[in-house]
Amino acid sequence: MAKKVFEKGKMVPVPSHSIIPERDLHKSPILECSHLGIDFGGLAAVKDFNITVGRTEIAGLIGPNGAGKTTVFNLLTKVYHPTRGTILVDGMDTSGKTPAQVNRMGIARTFQNIRLFNNLSVEDNVKIGLHNHTRYNALSSIFRLPSYWKQEKIAHESAMELLSIFDMQDLADHKAGSLPYGAQRRLEIVRALATNPSLLLLDEPAAGMNPSETVELMENIVKIRDTFQIAIMLIEHDMNLVMGICEGICVLNFGQIIAKGTAEEIQNNPVVIEAYLGKQKEG
Amino acid sequence: MKNLLKKKTTRTDFLTYLGVIVAFVIMFALQQADMLKNSTQGMLVPVCCFVVMAVSLNLTVGILGELSLGHAGFMSVGAFSGIIAAMSLEQSIPSDLARLIIAIVVGAICAAIAGFIVGVPVLRLQGDYLAIVTLAFGEIIKELINCLIVGYDENGLHVMFNLSGKLSVENLNMTENGVAIIKGAQGAVGVDKLATFPMGFVLVMLCLVIVLNLVRSRTGRAILSIRDNRIAAESVGINVTKYRLMAFVISAAMAGSAGALFGLNYSTLSSTRFDFNTSILVLVYVVLGGLGNIWGSIIAAVVLYVLPEALREFNDYRMLVYAIVLILVMLATNNDQFKAMLGRILPKRRKGAAANG
Repeated sequence: MAKKVFEKGKMVPVPSHSIIPERDLHKSPILECSHLGIDFGGLAAVKDFNITVGRTEIAGLIGPNGAGKTTVFNLLTKVYHPTRGTILVDGMDTSGKTPAQVNRMGIARTFQNIRLFNNLSVEDNVKIGLHNHTRYNALSSIFRLPSYWKQEKIAHESAMELLSIFDMQDLADHKAGSLPYGAQRRLEIVRALATNPSLLLLDEPAAGMNPSETVELMENIVKIRDTFQIAIMLIEHDMNLVMGICEGICVLNFGQIIAKGTAEEIQNNPVVIEAYLGKQKEG
Repeated sequence: MKNLLKKKTTRTDFLTYLGVIVAFVIMFALQQADMLKNSTQGMLVPVCCFVVMAVSLNLTVGILGELSLGHAGFMSVGAFSGIIAAMSLEQSIPSDLARLIIAIVVGAICAAIAGFIVGVPVLRLQGDYLAIVTLAFGEIIKELINCLIVGYDENGLHVMFNLSGKLSVENLNMTENGVAIIKGAQGAVGVDKLATFPMGFVLVMLCLVIVLNLVRSRTGRAILSIRDNRIAAESVGINVTKYRLMAFVISAAMAGSAGALFGLNYSTLSSTRFDFNTSILVLVYVVLGGLGNIWGSIIAAVVLYVLPEALREFNDYRMLVYAIVLILVMLATNNDQFKAMLGRILPKRRKGAAANG
């Protein structure tokens, strides 16, 4: 079942875009942030954050602890409202929108500390992700009208197909909270995908996974991009993952972008090395 | 159909309906055969009302996950609006059953409006605030109805608020055919006892169908997701305010319908009948039956309503027993050793608990 989806989806070679706007101006980007910033009290947690993400790009956001990476995700999904700057999703301004509205505009996310609906089944978790794509109202559910049965059947099939991405169909009836850690992380990705996003934000997807699980996750992230043709932006500390799959990488330190570029460029950037390892003694 | 019954949730729902129907058939047969004691006979309708109350409060507390301490307030709104509707329509609609149904519908609508008015400002907040405001709402409604004077004559309804405490039914200026419906602190008097046990059963079934079908649907999943993790629910595009309000209003409407039935079961009814104690009593049914557990609520409501009446001579200790039972149940359900013991005795139950909740 799992393989079928991807075989059918045909691995289309995706032209590589970059998060570096200077290099990719001719394509309309899915996400554009300009001069984005937020203050917590007197502290500028994020300053002058400019980034552009292409439609089928895998972008990485890295930086030392406390650099403001998750704050950027919270700004993009309107958990926080930015003090300065604008966010355009597919050319539309998100100012004044609620997190739910931003999701409907096409941004879905996972959380650093997993936030599943622990008391509900795995299948229900995915179906909640499908909420805005299941079309019937409360009345037809109370009276069990034909639209209820029809839409529920579709929801069940879509949920199973989405779960098959990670071979999780067999877990459908388990409670989400009882799953092992890695499966919970995968389920969060499936739930986010169920909302049919055009940009998927993954907050430390490989946290707590062992090397072989991480390799599998890397393959799956690329597969998801190729199958659904969406942009993916991820925060990750595992450099093998970031350098392995991210087409464009953005390095954040103290709330500011200190470098943008491809994996190779980032690896050899002295400013990045300094941010991670400290300044090298002269001589 | 076979596939449907295989699902555990569907099977539980099916058994819940079946249980209620069987209980009704037995009690109804006994009632028709005149084999019930007078005291038991008198309890049939109130039990149905409190079952509906428990099921509806479970929607707010167990399924939506918000503590509401003013559920009796909604019952009160439903009771008095239902009584007014039933009595003012006495001339125009002679059929008792039709008037009873109208009263229940009016009660439900009025309580839903009250729920909406309370819910809109409060549901933007979280947690304790809701509990405090619903508690205040219950008390305010009680006091408001305490000074409400309503009468009915050929010219229609006469409504007056006796805020000074000096007014009485005479001040309504009704014609000599006028009937006083609600007399301030005395409450409703001379109410037609329209409520019947079969109607109570129909109401219970209706509420069960609404709650159970709602929970197993898109709407119910949205409500459950808000309870489990509000931030995550928002992140997948669920309009949190809308679904919280929806659950709250539906719950209030059902409490109102129960109130209307309850009000029409007694010839006199004072607003102090729906005080804070009643709210807490219903909350006790819900907590004892298990949060989010509908059949649990039903059983708890029936047992805890019938028990104190059956043990009338120990009535003084009723609240004491409630307190002790509550503490014991909470200790037991939060105790891992107790759960493990239950699991050893009933291995099937343990499996079910892992899958369902």
